[in-house]
Amino acid sequence: MKFNTMTAAAALALVTPAMLAANPDAKLVVNGQIEMTTETEAPEHLDGLRTIRSGWTFRTEETQSLQMDDFDNPAMIYVDEARDAWYAKDGAADQSCASCHEDPESLEGLRAELPKWNEEAGKVYTAEMYVNECRTERMEAEPWGWDSQEMKNMTALISSVSRGMTVDVQIDGPVRETWERGKEIYYTRYGQLELACATCHEENYDMNIRADHLSQGHINGFPTYRLKQANLVSMHNRFNGCIRDTRGVPYEIGSEDFVALELYVASRGNGLSVEGPAVRN
Amino acid sequence: MKQTATILASCVIALAGAAQADEGAYAQEISFGEYGGVAEPLTDTPGDPERGAEIMVTKSEGNCISCHMVSALDFAPFHGEVGPPLDGVADRWDEAQLRGLLVDAKQTYPGTIMPAYFKTSGYVRPGQAFTKKPAEEPLPPLLSAQDIEDVVAFLSTLHWED
Ligand code: HEC
Ligand code: HEC
Repeated sequence: MKFNTMTAAAALALVTPAMLAANPDAKLVVNGQIEMTTETEAPEHLDGLRTIRSGWTFRTEETQSLQMDDFDNPAMIYVDEARDAWYAKDGAADQSCASCHEDPESLEGLRAELPKWNEEAGKVYTAEMYVNECRTERMEAEPWGWDSQEMKNMTALISSVSRGMTVDVQIDGPVRETWERGKEIYYTRYGQLELACATCHEENYDMNIRADHLSQGHINGFPTYRLKQANLVSMHNRFNGCIRDTRGVPYEIGSEDFVALELYVASRGNGLSVEGPAVRN
Repeated sequence: MKQTATILASCVIALAGAAQADEGAYAQEISFGEYGGVAEPLTDTPGDPERGAEIMVTKSEGNCISCHMVSALDFAPFHGEVGPPLDGVADRWDEAQLRGLLVDAKQTYPGTIMPAYFKTSGYVRPGQAFTKKPAEEPLPPLLSAQDIEDVVAFLSTLHWED
């Protein structure tokens, strides 16, 4: 066999991140205090999975440990920046977030049920949409870009005060149509590689695709701090990257399609804990 | 190995319910056999197995090892495990069937995750490679006719050693 002559590094080269992954029964407790549910029974609406697992359970022991203490979690710098922004007045109305909401802790519980129906607006609202509505309507300030640093920081702060709470997103009532649209996107095979979210995250999770150890693609840890990018990453940014990787054309960040997908993907994680800002490789 | 096959078979069934693009067309006329094989070589130039190996490990070409483990290609790092290992694949499939798997694996395994390397249309929101820019169909196929012959030539060398 001619090709065996090309063999050189063999064993070492084949050590992949998955092989270094931590024991799947490892427990996630943040700051020795917040106990997270990282594995539980799949919600009833979800036929494709029996058990749902947080993205944390698929990462290496090293990456996992960074999320276990706020002093080690690089995302916390951004959360601190958002705390400063929370108390800073901005816009023509001369108001800050604190003018209406007091401390960030007053938003405890919000992340666990987002995205959700906004009766006044008559549509499904994400954290970004609530933040920008406060900025433009109440503070009379410029809206932040969906994927801007300020917005990622603020959504990280909002998530951080709900850590450990159980994700419980509504899928019935007025949100149903949006949820159905999100589900349709989840199972559509995009791009020249003809891959759906489900192809990778439902049918092949826990497998290696090249050097990547596929998770179930939940969003309970968002915005996540990605070591590769050395910054926070928003959910829509992640969706965008995953569809690009199919050699497809993603929907716009902040589009109705991605809001629908966010609602659907969030609901697949009903029962896991809010972990954001989590740490990923 | 047997276990892998059963798991994969159930994946195919589960995926059958997912939204699918229409059938699409190929870069040149293709005639599939009953089981998805393609008997006729795509070019007159015999495949070059060494070039085939290179195509299989190159990210911007076949990128086959992102899903398949191949011992003969272990000079390249990070073999995936989404598809079955290809060791001994030439003992399981003849040349026509291997060619068919490359041209459009969905003719052999309906609903498979494996991309169709010679298909040019029938896609949902296709982009120009990984640029996120919309592409007009027909697209250039993922691999050329000669690339496919080269990969088939390499796969045909993968016998269990005796
Ligand atoms: C080609 C395979 C592939 C497809 C198709 C795909 N993804 Fe991913 N996705 C990945 C990989 C690889 C990662 C990084 C490792 C991981 O967390 O799974 C990832 C990560 C994610 C994450 C981050 C999870 C975490 O815990 O940090 C989310 C969320 C996600 N994907 C959602 C989606 C959605 C929604 C779709 C469809 C629009 C999709 N993915 C399509 C491969 C894919
Ligand atoms: C995204 C994943 C993926 C990629 C990339 C991929 N394959 Fe596959 N391949 C599979 C899966 C999965 C199967 C098994 C069929 C099934 O059950 O879906 C398969 C089956 C095969 C088989 C039949 C194997 C057997 O034992 O029956 C061959 C041969 C093959 N692939 C060759 C290739 C070559 C050559 C390339 C690159 C040019 C390639 N594959 C790229 C996923 C992939």
